[in-house]
Amino acid sequence: MLFWSNRKSPPAAPVSAFNFLAQINAQTAPNAHLEMCIQCGSCGGSCPDAAAMDHTPRALFALIRAGQRETVLHSNTPWMCLSCYHCVVRCPQEIPITDVMYALKTMAEKEGTYPSSVGPGFSGVFIGQARRFGRSWELGLTARHYLRHFLTRLPRMTPMALGLFRHGRIGLLPVQIKNKKQLAAILARAEEIETGQ
Amino acid sequence: MSDYLYYPGCSMEGSGRSYRESLAAVCAPLGITLHEIDDWNCCGATEYVSLATLPAYAMITRNLALAAGQKQGDQALVAACSACYLNLAKADRYLDEQPLLAGQVNDALAAGDLHYQPGSIRVRHLLEVLLTDVGLDKIRAAVKTPLTGLKVAPYLGCLIARPDLNHVYNHDQPADLDRLLAALGCEVVDYPLKTECCGGHLTQIAPKVGLELIRRLVAEATNRQAAMMVTICPMCQINIDAYQGEMNAMFGTHYAMPIVFFTQLLGLAFGLDARDLGIGREYTNAKALLAQTVKDAPAKTLAAAEPPPRNRPDKRALPMPRMPESGVH
Repeated sequence: MLFWSNRKSPPAAPVSAFNFLAQINAQTAPNAHLEMCIQCGSCGGSCPDAAAMDHTPRALFALIRAGQRETVLHSNTPWMCLSCYHCVVRCPQEIPITDVMYALKTMAEKEGTYPSSVGPGFSGVFIGQARRFGRSWELGLTARHYLRHFLTRLPRMTPMALGLFRHGRIGLLPVQIKNKKQLAAILARAEEIETGQ
Repeated sequence: MSDYLYYPGCSMEGSGRSYRESLAAVCAPLGITLHEIDDWNCCGATEYVSLATLPAYAMITRNLALAAGQKQGDQALVAACSACYLNLAKADRYLDEQPLLAGQVNDALAAGDLHYQPGSIRVRHLLEVLLTDVGLDKIRAAVKTPLTGLKVAPYLGCLIARPDLNHVYNHDQPADLDRLLAALGCEVVDYPLKTECCGGHLTQIAPKVGLELIRRLVAEATNRQAAMMVTICPMCQINIDAYQGEMNAMFGTHYAMPIVFFTQLLGLAFGLDARDLGIGREYTNAKALLAQTVKDAPAKTLAAAEPPPRNRPDKRALPMPRMPESGVH
């Protein structure tokens, strides 16, 4: 850097900018072709809870292309995504934005980068029960989730849960599928293939 | 085309039980038969796909494989829950478009002696089946107790109008549910938030954000003087119904907006007993109002008419371009 310049040196050039982009493209169920994003901002403008996000989807995609892996995988944006598909139907480049968000969540959870455990924890408990029983179990899921993350909400939740129970809308025991062995074998093989990549 | 395979989904056996009960009750008057897929499993909602890709698609596709195995003739697979519908339809579409993903999913399915050929079963949502296959004329003809004077806000939520894999819906203001409810004699209020999000799982993981989304929906329905909201999705129903109390506490409001499933209103209009339709299972009570509506119902006169156009053209003004009627045809 020249001595008369008062500019700080730029952040270290991301060496793996393209790798990160390619990794996300590959991780997304359909090809994300994020390189096609024209930064128009239709996604953030359509998003019902963009205000709660660290970065709008557009900003997040710019960060991805700049190789800012750390920032991207720490961002709360994918965890705030509601899967409402407003952005998906409006994206002029037809980027499957919700699927990109799923891919980012998967990466952030695997690498343990996302600072809060609330979102990953909820998904994790849901998955654990769905794998075990073959069905989701609303009571078990919410009880475990609130006990772990939202103790303060319990006083209000308990009467609500009792009300739902009185109306016959809460099953005390999980419903289970018959062929749990088959499902377990399928999922075990799927995980083998996914981690083998 | 009145025989369908049916994927209920987990919510329909728990918090969305009234949806399942009312759907079972209205099948006969509608002239449709639903055959539940034997031993179906959870679709994974948006949770499984958030933390793993291939296992999530394998779990969804097990259902498609089972359905394809039980399919007779050209039966379609019908789902009533919006999230289940989208997961099934999306898995079928993605597998069809991506041979690599299809190969891997089938590799996993082979561990359970299953195989799924993408595109071998057509996944449809209940609302689209009712409007396309059954048709409004038949529904109007089956109405015995027109729900005259019941002001309802039609609320579809996200996943039917979007991502709209088959390009049949208006993404923001679809009139499909409006037309169906008008055919039952309801007074359908103009509800511009009909495809806005109910908060999804954010009521669980980020309550402040999720409850604000619920507040918008309930406030707008109240401002439009709807007596109740009517939905097609169990997730939307439980969020707006059960979390309204927490929302009121957070914002210091006093909303009491009931929300029911459209199949429950279908059943009432068909003259079925409220108890068989799961009416009264909602947390914010709609039972009294619905009982009053049925009591006050006029003897069936003429078939309920289509709602009048909202903006009556001013004859003195220049002609305005008009949007084509949206909807499934």
